[in-house]
Amino acid sequence: MAKQENWSTVIRPHSGIFDIDFQEIWKYRDLLWLFVKRDITTVYKQTVLGPLWFIVRPVLTTLMFTFVFGKMAKVSTDGLPHIVFYLSGVTFWGYFSECLNKTSNTFTKNQGLFGKVYFPRIIVPGSIIFSTFIKFLIQVSIFLIVWSFYFSKGQVSPSWQIALFPVVICFMAMTSLGFGIIFSSLTTKYRDLRFLLGFGVQLWMYGTPVIYPLSAIPKEYVDIVKWNPIAPLIETMRAGFLGKGSFDWNMFVYSGIFAVVIMAIGIVIFSRVEKNFMDTV
Amino acid sequence: MSDTVIKVENLSKQYRLGLVGTGTLSHDLNRFWARVRGKEDPYSKIGDVNDRTTKTDSDYVWALKDINFEVKKGEVLGIIGKNGAGKSTLLKILSRVTTPTTGSVRMKGRVGSLLEVGTGFHPELTGRENVYLNGAILGMRKWEIDKKLDEIVDFSGVEKYLDTPVKRYSSGMKVRLGFAVAAHLEPEILIVDEVLAVGDSDFQTKCLGKMEDVSKNHGRTILFVSHNLPSITSLCSRALLVDRGVITLSGDTSTVIADYLIGNTRKNRYSNLDVKDNGILSCSVGTEGDVYTPVGLPTVVDISFKVEKSIKDFGLALIVTNENGSQLLSSEINDCLNIKDLNLEHGKVLNARVTIPSHFFNLKCYKFRISLGDNLSGSILDSAEFQVNYSYKMSNLIYKHRKKADLVPLFKWDLLD
Repeated sequence: MAKQENWSTVIRPHSGIFDIDFQEIWKYRDLLWLFVKRDITTVYKQTVLGPLWFIVRPVLTTLMFTFVFGKMAKVSTDGLPHIVFYLSGVTFWGYFSECLNKTSNTFTKNQGLFGKVYFPRIIVPGSIIFSTFIKFLIQVSIFLIVWSFYFSKGQVSPSWQIALFPVVICFMAMTSLGFGIIFSSLTTKYRDLRFLLGFGVQLWMYGTPVIYPLSAIPKEYVDIVKWNPIAPLIETMRAGFLGKGSFDWNMFVYSGIFAVVIMAIGIVIFSRVEKNFMDTV
Repeated sequence: MSDTVIKVENLSKQYRLGLVGTGTLSHDLNRFWARVRGKEDPYSKIGDVNDRTTKTDSDYVWALKDINFEVKKGEVLGIIGKNGAGKSTLLKILSRVTTPTTGSVRMKGRVGSLLEVGTGFHPELTGRENVYLNGAILGMRKWEIDKKLDEIVDFSGVEKYLDTPVKRYSSGMKVRLGFAVAAHLEPEILIVDEVLAVGDSDFQTKCLGKMEDVSKNHGRTILFVSHNLPSITSLCSRALLVDRGVITLSGDTSTVIADYLIGNTRKNRYSNLDVKDNGILSCSVGTEGDVYTPVGLPTVVDISFKVEKSIKDFGLALIVTNENGSQLLSSEINDCLNIKDLNLEHGKVLNARVTIPSHFFNLKCYKFRISLGDNLSGSILDSAEFQVNYSYKMSNLIYKHRKKADLVPLFKWDLLD
């Protein structure tokens, strides 16, 4: 009678710390792509400019930064042309901040869906990382057009760090996913965090070399900014594309380790919350 | 060799009542501290039985308490119970939307759950795109949907609108499309909540037919929650009655439904002592406390009411509906008696009696409504409702073959030569 039966699903109240069924997530990969497709195709439905909106935002932001910080405040740009300097910062930071903002309300935004059907919840923030990446690629192409203009005039010169582009994007995606899902997990219970995140991302941008180069920071503060895991990534890309920027292997590796750790923490917290967030949200 | 596909053991679910507010953090900290010391959750012991009608002092409530049951392969299990009894919570746990507080559930095979039709439909996407999205949400792979797309479209009957955004669909069309996707999911275990209520009757019949087909011909297991008792009766072989978070009865569908109805309808009378000028004071069938009314005796309905002098022409009617709410009959006092010239005294209580012949209703539960109206203005002054349960008593007729009909009157039959 005591025969071992092979149950395919076992539902229990609590499980271990690291309880993620990667096999199951893999089974749902088609859903991930359908979510990506949905996010891309539906955002600008019934708009006149359509996908052009992907470009309008970074371009206008860059123009505004050029005016305020470049012309009025005269913040250093390491001698680089203003437009391409700000556009590079805005484009790369934009990917990070959008991923973070969007993944951070995974649970609150998808209550209706999550309350009615089960699928590995991580699919939703995962799909956000990819759909934002596709938008980011469009923005990068604009950046490259502007960049090639300055390149032809010889005002910017790429260097070998440009090869780190995919690695940088990976680190950014992991860091934002990690932070995003931690926030989304905690906001199911404590809504206070939603307000914190809103301006937190804004402030974080000013703590990152987006509108200024790392070299412009007074010596006594450099060490503080160095703890910011996104700072080395932006600087690496500046060094790679524009030829001027501080690149340091130690800092780069630090960013990578940070990305892995924060993502692991995020997944652990997320997998604990996903199981019964419906009761608290 | 066991062919049990679902095994639920000691399943309980606790919910917190009221707002999740200021107490949240302190409770969380207490819980955490208890866990650190290896103690039990300090809040899991308290908690009241789930009864939505009485107010409790405890902040926690057991939506489900020690649920145990098993389902065999190919079985269709109906789950019935009042609103708030815990049916949906049970289905939510089974479909993994939320976790139990204690206990466990084991299942064999792919589980498809239909707690809502068309979950995740995006209004801007077309019908076709939504079929893929919804299918994937329910756990289908893309190639599976590719293979079944034609069948799904055919079943839903919205082929013409397949490339129109879903936001332009009527709600019925959305339900059709949503159910069509779910019906072709082909899970080993299908969990269906009260979802078919929206579609038209044609489509409902089609859905029930489809569910019957997958269980009988494909050996799939279905858990079905519904307040529509006839569809439970026709579809399910076994049923569970859930009341206040516990299973009060499990067994043969007709037995469980009968018990559920009795529990619901102990009141075979109505009374209202606050009537001032116009209104029904009381109506009743049989004696108080009787659960069943014998089918073999005439049914006598006694009504006490008051009518104001200014109302020259009042009417009194008896309307009987079946358990699904369809009207079966209506009978009026005016057709039988002339009450126009009745001398009405102010405040006087009038009594009326309706007699329904014996062997008229079936062995079922009926809703009786008495309504008092003003025939001149056509307005209803008051109405009263109560329920009557018929049982096989004082009768020598055979009811075996009369399961379905609501009315089984004893007409006059003659054999002519």
